[in-house]
Amino acid sequence: MAPVLSVESLNVGLRATNGVTIPVLENLSFSVEQGKTIALVGESGCGKSMTALAIMRLLPEAFVVSSGQIMLDGEDVLAAPMPRLRSLRGNRMSMIFQEPMTALNPLYTVGDQIAEVLRLHRGLGRKDAAEQTLALLKAVQIPAAAERINAYPHQMSGGMRQRVMIAMALACKPKLLIADEPTTALDVTVQAQIFDLLSRLQDQTETAIVLITHDLGAVSELADDVAVLYAGRCIERGRAHEVIERPRHPYTRGLMACVPHLRLGGEASGAPADLDEIPRMVPPLGERDAACAFLPRCVFADEICRSQLQPPLQADDGGHCVSCWRWKEVA
Amino acid sequence: MMSDRCASRVEASSEVLLDVGDLVVHFPVGRKRPFRPQSKVHAVDGVGFSIRRGTTFGIVGESGSGKSTTAQAILRLVPVTSGRVQFRNENIAALGGEALRRTRRHFQIVFQDPFSSLDPRRRVGDLIREPLDLLDIGDRSDRDERVRSLLGEVGLPPQAAGLFPHQFSGGQRQRVCIARALAPEPDLIVCDEAVSALDVAIQAQILNLLKKLQRDRGLTYIFISHDLGVIQHFCDEIAVMYLGKIVEQAPRATFFARPRHPYSWSLVAAAAPPGPVRDALKQRYLVKGDPPSPVDPPPGCRFAQRCPFVVDRCREVLPALESIDGGARVACHRINEIEAMDLVTRADTA
Repeated sequence: MAPVLSVESLNVGLRATNGVTIPVLENLSFSVEQGKTIALVGESGCGKSMTALAIMRLLPEAFVVSSGQIMLDGEDVLAAPMPRLRSLRGNRMSMIFQEPMTALNPLYTVGDQIAEVLRLHRGLGRKDAAEQTLALLKAVQIPAAAERINAYPHQMSGGMRQRVMIAMALACKPKLLIADEPTTALDVTVQAQIFDLLSRLQDQTETAIVLITHDLGAVSELADDVAVLYAGRCIERGRAHEVIERPRHPYTRGLMACVPHLRLGGEASGAPADLDEIPRMVPPLGERDAACAFLPRCVFADEICRSQLQPPLQADDGGHCVSCWRWKEVA
Repeated sequence: MMSDRCASRVEASSEVLLDVGDLVVHFPVGRKRPFRPQSKVHAVDGVGFSIRRGTTFGIVGESGSGKSTTAQAILRLVPVTSGRVQFRNENIAALGGEALRRTRRHFQIVFQDPFSSLDPRRRVGDLIREPLDLLDIGDRSDRDERVRSLLGEVGLPPQAAGLFPHQFSGGQRQRVCIARALAPEPDLIVCDEAVSALDVAIQAQILNLLKKLQRDRGLTYIFISHDLGVIQHFCDEIAVMYLGKIVEQAPRATFFARPRHPYSWSLVAAAAPPGPVRDALKQRYLVKGDPPSPVDPPPGCRFAQRCPFVVDRCREVLPALESIDGGARVACHRINEIEAMDLVTRADTA
């Protein structure tokens, strides 16, 4: 089956005032099939959100796609003219943002905002749109949906607003949904509800999801595949359970080890040891070396790492790729 | 003087450093209307606990549960409606003016957002020095030396003193905030979601730093977080708050071996590692909907609206926080009945 979204060797740069282009995303490739979820994981500043914005063609000014290809359901997104792009966004591909507080228009009722999508893309009349909006609000489990349809965003809690965002994003049954940290701003019990909702709706609509997150728990629950980004480069990619159970890249291993995992029942006794840390931080834009980007923070760094360029993403038979010269010795 | 303090490791003692009794913080909201009682946000509604010196007391709960307000009331950063905050030998809740100002050096706070809690126009050295100047600690030449040694203690180079906050990353700024909190050599530091805004790798660095400082200086922490994994890692005693009340409080091992309150279970279900146990927990305990408004809460258990085990009595009578085995305290009418029903998850998690 052809993937819904395929990103091939995507390069995004920041055009500085002196004419130099600073690399932001380098040689990024991944794809996601119908009904599947890929998670993009990494610290802030690693290019997760930039990838999402590049796919939606919403990159801020001065950021340019310097090379590469983004194919949505067989259509070249980067070559699409503006009118075509407008009919793609919100219709074939849509996005949920991190902040449900700022992503909704405060001046319109949530019902109007969802209906707008249906009327614009589906050409529905006022009455049909309102009917479908109500069905959508029920689908995202908003209690008393018939009354809530006339509510303004400020009358709703964060969790409710994020549900409205999901209803809006899924209104036209898009092929692709990009969820950029959809639960970061929400309470933990609400987070779990939203993840459940997303995976249930995905089962019904067969939408492909690109999930951007730093929460490895969410990855193991929702994602089929995972791509780990570091400093704008993909350094490990594979099946989610493979990467989580047997991470290969020292960075991925570090990410796993530095999160305090909940221990319950019999495991709960005993004092916790110090957490493993990854020393220092992600290099800022423009200070990335041609050698392995993780080199300055890597405890396994060796002569070969210093003398060579960023290692290629090497795949094994199972499709688990890693960009590290020494992963076999380290793992 | 700083060095010999670092050399001797201070162990947790049995001395009670802070004892909070029946703390209440209400905020009036809306307009005052004649012949009608003023509406109030019951931010903190009768909270009590005590903290031993050198230990970490964790408060966990969702937004609006009153965890930050509790800490801020203890530090007298918000007005206390009623209650007692016994810190060492003084009731802080009753102090005022100069006496309060003098006591303040013994308790400090580190906030969540290291971007807005540092004055962007002042150099880091001055920011760390400020509490020393204000509280008149040490003489002038001694203070520069202290700033240098504090920077070293939180893992920043001495040159950092001459830089401005915007020249640092989030993690480094949080280190500056910690150095600033440490400057007057406090006994108690409140960490209000101090690592929540940081990336996981940086979060681990800061948690390890806080742990090390606790070992070296014998600090006592009140650690506020919504992340149960972090709470388990960092805290000795855990209190779960819901709408201004503590619903469960227990030592770490007791709490995570088996939470007792349905709301605690719900938090655990949301944070449990993926697998069959998590699925079973979520199925049984995960609450639906959002926390209700703390404005004029109804009588009865605050959690009744979302509790999967609710019965009529829960909606009418507020359950008291009662001691049970293992040093735990739980506020739930149905704890024994729920225990009896709880065969599935007990087998899974034991």
